[in-house]
Amino acid sequence: MAELKRIVVPRLIAWFEERIDLAGFRALIGHKVVPIHRHTIWYYFGGMTLFLFSIQVATGILLVLYYRPSAEEAFESVQFIMSEVQFGWLIRSIHSWSANLMIATLMIHLFSIYFTQAYRKPREITWLTGMALFGIALFFGFSGYLLPWNTLAYFATKVGTDVAGQVPVVGHLILRILRAGDDVTGATLSRFYAIHVAILPLAITMTLSLHLFLVQQQGMSIPPEIERDPKSVPSMPFFPNFFLRDLVGWLSALAVLAALAAYFPWELGVKADPFAPAPAGIRPEWYFMYMFQTLKYLPARIGPLEGEVVGVLAFTMGGLFLALVPFLDRRSARGERSPLFFWIGIGILAYMVVLSMLGYLAPGGK
Amino acid sequence: MDTLPNPRRGFINLLLGSSFGALMVSMLYPVARYLIPPTVAEPSTASVTLPWKPGDLRPNSGRIFKFGSQPGLLINTPSGELRAFSAVCTHLNCTVQYRDDKQEIWCACHNGVYDLNGKNVSGPPPRPLEDFKVFAKGDQIVISKRA
Amino acid sequence: MAAARWLLVAALLLAGGALCGQLEAAQGPAPENSCITCHRSIGDPRVTPPAEKFAGDIHLAQGIFCQDCHGGDPTSLDPERAMSRAKGFIGKPTHQAIPPLCGKCHSNAEYMKRFNPTLRVDQVQEYYTSVHGKLLRKGDQKVATCISCHDVHKIRAIKDQQAWTYPLKIVDTCGRCHGSAEYMATYKIPTDVVAKYKASVHFQTLTKGDLSAPTCNICHGNHGATPPGINSVANVCGNCHSVPAELFAKSPHRTAFASMNLPACVSCHSDHDIHKTSDTMVGTTEPAVCANCHQENSDDGRKVKSIRTSLDGLRTGIDRAEEILTRAERAGMEISQAKFDLHGASDILLKMRASVHLADPATVDAFAVEGEKIADKQYEKGVQALKELAFRHQGLWVAVGIILVTIVGLILKMREVDRRQSPPPSQHA
Repeated sequence: MAELKRIVVPRLIAWFEERIDLAGFRALIGHKVVPIHRHTIWYYFGGMTLFLFSIQVATGILLVLYYRPSAEEAFESVQFIMSEVQFGWLIRSIHSWSANLMIATLMIHLFSIYFTQAYRKPREITWLTGMALFGIALFFGFSGYLLPWNTLAYFATKVGTDVAGQVPVVGHLILRILRAGDDVTGATLSRFYAIHVAILPLAITMTLSLHLFLVQQQGMSIPPEIERDPKSVPSMPFFPNFFLRDLVGWLSALAVLAALAAYFPWELGVKADPFAPAPAGIRPEWYFMYMFQTLKYLPARIGPLEGEVVGVLAFTMGGLFLALVPFLDRRSARGERSPLFFWIGIGILAYMVVLSMLGYLAPGGK
Repeated sequence: MDTLPNPRRGFINLLLGSSFGALMVSMLYPVARYLIPPTVAEPSTASVTLPWKPGDLRPNSGRIFKFGSQPGLLINTPSGELRAFSAVCTHLNCTVQYRDDKQEIWCACHNGVYDLNGKNVSGPPPRPLEDFKVFAKGDQIVISKRA
Repeated sequence: MAAARWLLVAALLLAGGALCGQLEAAQGPAPENSCITCHRSIGDPRVTPPAEKFAGDIHLAQGIFCQDCHGGDPTSLDPERAMSRAKGFIGKPTHQAIPPLCGKCHSNAEYMKRFNPTLRVDQVQEYYTSVHGKLLRKGDQKVATCISCHDVHKIRAIKDQQAWTYPLKIVDTCGRCHGSAEYMATYKIPTDVVAKYKASVHFQTLTKGDLSAPTCNICHGNHGATPPGINSVANVCGNCHSVPAELFAKSPHRTAFASMNLPACVSCHSDHDIHKTSDTMVGTTEPAVCANCHQENSDDGRKVKSIRTSLDGLRTGIDRAEEILTRAERAGMEISQAKFDLHGASDILLKMRASVHLADPATVDAFAVEGEKIADKQYEKGVQALKELAFRHQGLWVAVGIILVTIVGLILKMREVDRRQSPPPSQHA
């Protein structure tokens, strides 16, 4: 064993270095550090999201081996995976649970970056790519949800694309492009499948690569109040110290996923019947709930516009605000704390939490 | 600044190495089993292979088989032709049967009668039975939905 | 005085004639049908409604007008000519005259062929065999005639959903008389039949969209309406419920009931308020129907109990299997084959319940044995599915165990690596 480490491995590395310049890589491994302070814990969430995403890619590729993307066969193929394929139940349940966990850790990551003002100069582009990744992840969730072609998914997609159709001017065009027609049909399923397994993976590969490259280049951001003197902040090497800690987190997440798959297998439901009336209490997944509930509360008309249009515009404005925060928050650009934006962030977070809870607890919801 | 090599360090490495190994096995084992296709190669939505040979059914007889979650009726007509229909009566969903004495398909619940083309000819059933395509080749009978 | 009266009538007639004459002038050339024209415009509640309704009548659509039933001359707006006896005008027909009047065409095969060769032409003949027809011949003025069930002047096609004779509407058509205690007071037959029927399972099925479900005319007949006699009830019910009827005919109950002048089927299932059957109808204590005749401790009573035991046995076997399979399904296990096979046991339960009419415990028990075998097998499959579920849980704990051990190893490694980074202070002087 020791022989392997002392002689064989160095020889192997030397062979590669004669052919590929690994200097940059060596530097990264050798010199990447992680600052240690009272907000260090938030540094884990980006990597956790990445880990859960890898789980999605792996389980997703396995599912593609048996899944059939047509209205006639989709539901039955998922049923087949759950019942006939060895460990199919495990792969499928992990895929569904991990999608939700990933979006949860992504949101924690997003808000922790926001509240520690890590978006400030020089990390504006990183923030923008991050917001793009957030949008891509939500689209992954939305498109993937339809694929089992069960009643809940069918109607959730109908409602969701209806909301998309409320965008002024181009709304109907967007709706038709998403649905591959005027209604949700087998054509919609094929299109969502293409989006989920081809278009979004391409988009996320490019965006994620840029995001990760920037993070490696610029290193970890330190919150303004701690960053008086960067040299005085203690740090630990990323490799192996922080990485070992990362692994503990990732393996814990893996254990949680396995337990969820075994004790709370993801439901299959009933095959979608486009001619049946919508079941009572349809609602989207939790990460869309606050928007759904907000639209429910808006009156039918606000001034000259339809209530839903105002809602969609408001969400768009909110998203735009978040995306442009590095450019709007002048104080953080100067390296100072920014109480105004802090409280705006608290407001946004509170709004999302409260509306989501109302979506589940309010009468009329489930 | 390295700590001196000691048995404790070796133990940690051994523990870590072997538990990682076990973890890899416990992750790769399900994946490997998953990749091997199951005996029933595909979901039986649009078609199903029956567990009988074409010769197993005498002329003027019928048998119930499973198609998806619903029963189907395979009949061998008196003239020796294999036909298949949904066995769910279009009246109130009882399971129909073949009557060799009357050479018709009959529903015992309310005396509904279908002819050998599945058409509802007498009694309460409002619609014909859904008919399926039958492929009898060699040792196999494959039933599939129309269009 | 009489002269004055006659003068008044003449004046009215002249006025009426002038009015029609003016209408004729106003309308220009000769109107299509003077009956309709005049009767619609007069506004008299006795004669206007029929003229207004008639637009929706199938006879009008076929080119048959007022004069074809009532006689008279439809080309003249002069009431004396239009409604003259010489032109065959009969006015409002008497109650007794209605069936022959309709029968003038509807019993004429040559004539009806012109419109629809498949139409029957024996309705009037049938009618006179019915209770209604017989009473009519005796002079009854209240009994139903053609126009009581066919909405005269707005008679719709057979398949028209608004027709008084459309299956969904029949109970209300018959019920106009047979549901009114007041109207039927002189006839000494029950008038709660409409309410009873509307509470029945047949009516529920009918209103849920199954137009083949029986309503009044299916059991009582249309034109030859007569309640089935004691000896023919089984035939009527047996037209649809053939299996129970055949079995009943082979059972000891057939002769027993006949000798006691009890109708088959109806004695246990009632005639109008037929409810969905249930296993609780079989037994030796109320509310079971067998208890009406059989004592608990008699030989027959023991047979009844045996049949009930068989029924309960299969039903609980099926329920048990269904319960465990549902549990397995909710936990994420795939048991669709077992559910399908269990359906086979439910089919046998259906046959078993029909076989109750044979009143033979051995037959019923044979079904129970066959069905329970299937139900038990599916129950076992449910048990297997739950065992597989437990196995998965075990597998999970093994995996979680390995992960925990790995995490422990990682933490130990972490500590060691951290110590390497910053050696403990005591190491240096």
